[in-house]
Amino acid sequence: MSSIEERVKKIVAEQLGVKEDEVKAEASFVEDLGADSLDTVELVMALEEEFETEIPDEEAEKITTVQLAIDYINANLA
Amino acid sequence: MVSPLGNTVADTWGGILNGKSGVEPITSFDASAFSTQFSASVKDFSVDGYFAQKDARKMDRFIQFGMVAGIQAMRDSGLEVTDENSARMGVSIGSGIGGIGTIEDGTLVVEHKGPRRMSPFFVPGAIINMIAGNLSIHYGLRGPNLAVTTACTTGTHCIGLAARSIMYGETDVMLAGGAEMATTPVGLGGFAAARALSSRNDNPKAASRPWDKDRDGFVLGDGAGVLVLEEYEHAKARGANIYAELVGFGMSGDAYHMTSPPADGSGAALSMQNAIKDANIALEDINYINAHGTSTPAGDVAECRAVKSVMQNAVDQVAVSSTKSMIGHLLGAAGAVEAIFSVLAIRDQVAPPTINLDNPDEECGDINLVPHTAQEKGIQAVLSNSFGFGGTNGSLVFSRLK
Repeated sequence: MSSIEERVKKIVAEQLGVKEDEVKAEASFVEDLGADSLDTVELVMALEEEFETEIPDEEAEKITTVQLAIDYINANLA
Repeated sequence: MVSPLGNTVADTWGGILNGKSGVEPITSFDASAFSTQFSASVKDFSVDGYFAQKDARKMDRFIQFGMVAGIQAMRDSGLEVTDENSARMGVSIGSGIGGIGTIEDGTLVVEHKGPRRMSPFFVPGAIINMIAGNLSIHYGLRGPNLAVTTACTTGTHCIGLAARSIMYGETDVMLAGGAEMATTPVGLGGFAAARALSSRNDNPKAASRPWDKDRDGFVLGDGAGVLVLEEYEHAKARGANIYAELVGFGMSGDAYHMTSPPADGSGAALSMQNAIKDANIALEDINYINAHGTSTPAGDVAECRAVKSVMQNAVDQVAVSSTKSMIGHLLGAAGAVEAIFSVLAIRDQVAPPTINLDNPDEECGDINLVPHTAQEKGIQAVLSNSFGFGGTNGSLVFSRLK
């Protein structure tokens, strides 16, 4: 089983059409990885699906980087 | 062009002139419960070399087809979009149905997973004007951005109305055409339920047989066609390769029935007459008609009657064929790909064939329907017809450059 970090990075790469090695922890979805507002909505949905969780909209808005996504999943998926 | 005979103009036109059929059993979904189990579908399609896969993921297939056809047309034109000219360059590309596959998938997501799981790209990935929208974004085309939707006349109307925008003086260049990808369970089921489709499941390649006595409906086709229309002096000044001149456009409404034409073809005739009047050319100069000719029992005969009433004595010299015998009926893309065939018929001085025409209907047998093989022929001008559900008709006239 891959780590949460690996799984998050894989999903980000798939959703945003970028290579996995470009998906650094500190990368911002919009500024570094070329996502627009709809891309980020879909990305959060993909994370919800992968980790079988529901991320409320007010939380989802705060997830703007790869690291914040990893942190959120770690904190809420104990 | 993206078509059942190939994903470029050259491949498709080569297949057309050789009388090839692009009709095959459906493999994209299990069609065994449907009364029709074949279609004229696009094969081996990829957006590679045209635009990014990550963008394609947000587009229904019909949008992808239209984008690829549009990019091919722009590349062929040699046009360069600049800050100076972009405001006078527009797009007019529609679809008969739009993203029906995406709508089906979205419906199933709501049903099985709930509304929270719907993609934010559902709407922009499905709606009809997104070829026009995406091409404008891709090239920076800031002129009129349109998508006329008139069932099977969509492509023809999009081209004719784009030409009028140029004539009116508001644009110099219009990308115009149509795209369709309706071979999905709901699309196929809907047309089958309307009793519009051939059910010749034992021999799909013989199913599309316009004007033949044994015709039993049309074959659903997918694909896209896009032309670059350019104001004549604008094109001449930059030394463009001009294929032909669009000289006439006419429209009409049947005012008769949702899906059937009047038996005398009067709506079709009015559309053709309006286009010929607009073109201001002699009937004798129309040497080829790319017919709507879908292979339905009622429509084919009505169109024959219309052609005879409009062409009068000039009917003896005109070749009339239906390229739908080979690529099926591309619905909203039909008029667009057929406009391209019309232009190429002028360029190559050849009338494409009507394949599968073994026994012509008595009503039509006295017209040269170009059975089985293409005919080399002096072609000055071509008339291209499209007629759609709702009784919406459109005709274009293309002429050899004088």
